[in-house]
Amino acid sequence: MSSVPLPMSRQSRISWSRVIIYTVMILFLLFYLLPVYLILITSFKSFDQVSLSRMWDLPNGFSLASFDRAWNGGEGVIGMRGSFWNSIQLVVPATVISCLLGSLNGYVLSKWRFPGSETLFTLILFGMFIPYQSVLVPLVEVLREIRLYASIPGLILVHVVYGIPITTLIFRNYYATVPNELLEAGKIDGADFFGIYRHVMLPISAPGFVVVAIWQFTSIWNEFLFGLIITNDPQLRPVTVALQNLSGSQFTQWNVQMAGALLVALPTLLVYIFLGKYFLRGLLAGSLKG
Amino acid sequence: MQQAKTLSARPARPARWLNRDRVIALLMISPSALAIAVFVYGFIAWTGYVSLTSWNSLATTSTFVGFDNYLSVFATGRFQTNIRNLIVFTAFFLLACLLIGLLLAVLVDSRIRFEGFFRSAYIFPMALSFIVTGVVWRWLFAPGNWPDDPTGINLLFKQLGLGFFQSAWITDTGVVPGWRVEGLRTRIGVPMAMIPVVVAAVWQMSGFVMAMYLAGLRGIPDEIKEAARVDGASEWQVFRTITLPLLQPITLSAVIILGHISLKIFDLIVTMTGGAPGNNTEVPGLYMYEITFKANKFAEGAAVAMVMLVVVALLVVPYLIYSRQTEVER
Repeated sequence: MSSVPLPMSRQSRISWSRVIIYTVMILFLLFYLLPVYLILITSFKSFDQVSLSRMWDLPNGFSLASFDRAWNGGEGVIGMRGSFWNSIQLVVPATVISCLLGSLNGYVLSKWRFPGSETLFTLILFGMFIPYQSVLVPLVEVLREIRLYASIPGLILVHVVYGIPITTLIFRNYYATVPNELLEAGKIDGADFFGIYRHVMLPISAPGFVVVAIWQFTSIWNEFLFGLIITNDPQLRPVTVALQNLSGSQFTQWNVQMAGALLVALPTLLVYIFLGKYFLRGLLAGSLKG
Repeated sequence: MQQAKTLSARPARPARWLNRDRVIALLMISPSALAIAVFVYGFIAWTGYVSLTSWNSLATTSTFVGFDNYLSVFATGRFQTNIRNLIVFTAFFLLACLLIGLLLAVLVDSRIRFEGFFRSAYIFPMALSFIVTGVVWRWLFAPGNWPDDPTGINLLFKQLGLGFFQSAWITDTGVVPGWRVEGLRTRIGVPMAMIPVVVAAVWQMSGFVMAMYLAGLRGIPDEIKEAARVDGASEWQVFRTITLPLLQPITLSAVIILGHISLKIFDLIVTMTGGAPGNNTEVPGLYMYEITFKANKFAEGAAVAMVMLVVVALLVVPYLIYSRQTEVER
């Protein structure tokens, strides 16, 4: 680069374009961070500092009273503590089962193809796009029938089933990159279906499992419609439904709502901050296949 | 070594298709296949059946009424308004996400400092629930008693000396231009209260589009662009004639992903506006929930759900078939 001297006019034009680039990027940065700023300054204000006319001012001091109210409740506010436990009880088993199912399905659909397996895969994939409104009424009826309506296991079942398309897709595309020679070698050595799965596929599956686990954890934690319909019981609400109720209540001050929103956002945000690379891979997995 | 072993072993293996391992493979996929068959296709068929009956109360007996529910739903001003709102939301949301996503991807890709920081800050809203997004943006767009005693973003504008930007936002009942058309029971135009909802949705999803375009940009070999530059093409020409056409598959994927999210939008609107003011921000996803689970009009709700499904299928099915064909060709 330095060996090619640039004419002065060219050089100054380049730096101008840099100025424009950074200006636009910083303006967008402000747009993306504006809600973060508001949520942080509001949730750390004490109750006597909460004033609508000074909502954009920084808090003077550092108060956890809003979090206490959002978490434990009081004065007409229903605390969200119980719903966090519900969400954890829901998300952990659902994510684990989803990973195992997705991995098995992906293994079969990439390495044990059979006549019609591609059609089956496309039929499974379609399930990822349907509006869940089109299955809700039968779903409630069937869950009632098998006595899983208004229960956490019922919600786990629903998330596992409707998670099959995306988890199968991610694992299938991941396993498709594993060379078939590895499997052939395994077969020569006398390994059967499960032998190859255990000794060839599983040892190299860790990144696939991380991507799918993050994807399922994030989407189940953030999901609202199933939580709303299937846990028709205040005691069983997942966090998103609890937050919607918290913010819909006229007793709830804005600082408590912001604290509640921050609490709900925190787990998935932490995952994004520490495992962002895998989070992105999951995001792109469904979109970059075509 | 491995290669040679495989090659030599191949002729010796029997060409039998249905061996023990293949049966196990079929057994392993069948629970998932069965679950999808029941929970997706079976339930859709069931909903389709319900939509053709008179099950519009808690009574358990119902009769077959053909397409009556569809006709009566489409005849209501409320559902017509829903569809207008959905078209407006989808159009603005898609356009803004694609433009902002592409712009940010190009900027982030132009060898800038702190690239990782900018990228992460643009994408992080994707990790949040639409409920969180809705709660925060509802407060940002709560207008207060503007112009004198504003709240949220109106107050921010006032404090920054930009008071002329103040607006009624999510409480705005206006529809621009609001044409009345013979035979339609809704006014044609952009419901102004929808704009804040679009802003919140774009805030959440545009970073995702940026990530997609960025992956696409990084996949274009520098040599192609360099060759064009050597031939005397300007940066803009390089972008228009080389980069943009190569990004077309990404745009297609983004339209499918954003489109199906947009057509099903529910959570964000429940939290941000609840469909208000009037029904100016209500969409079919919310309407279905309201009439089914609050008014017990199961058949009409099922009809709305089937309409949603057909619209999403029109978008997604051609794409699924197309991407399967391109995969087979490869």
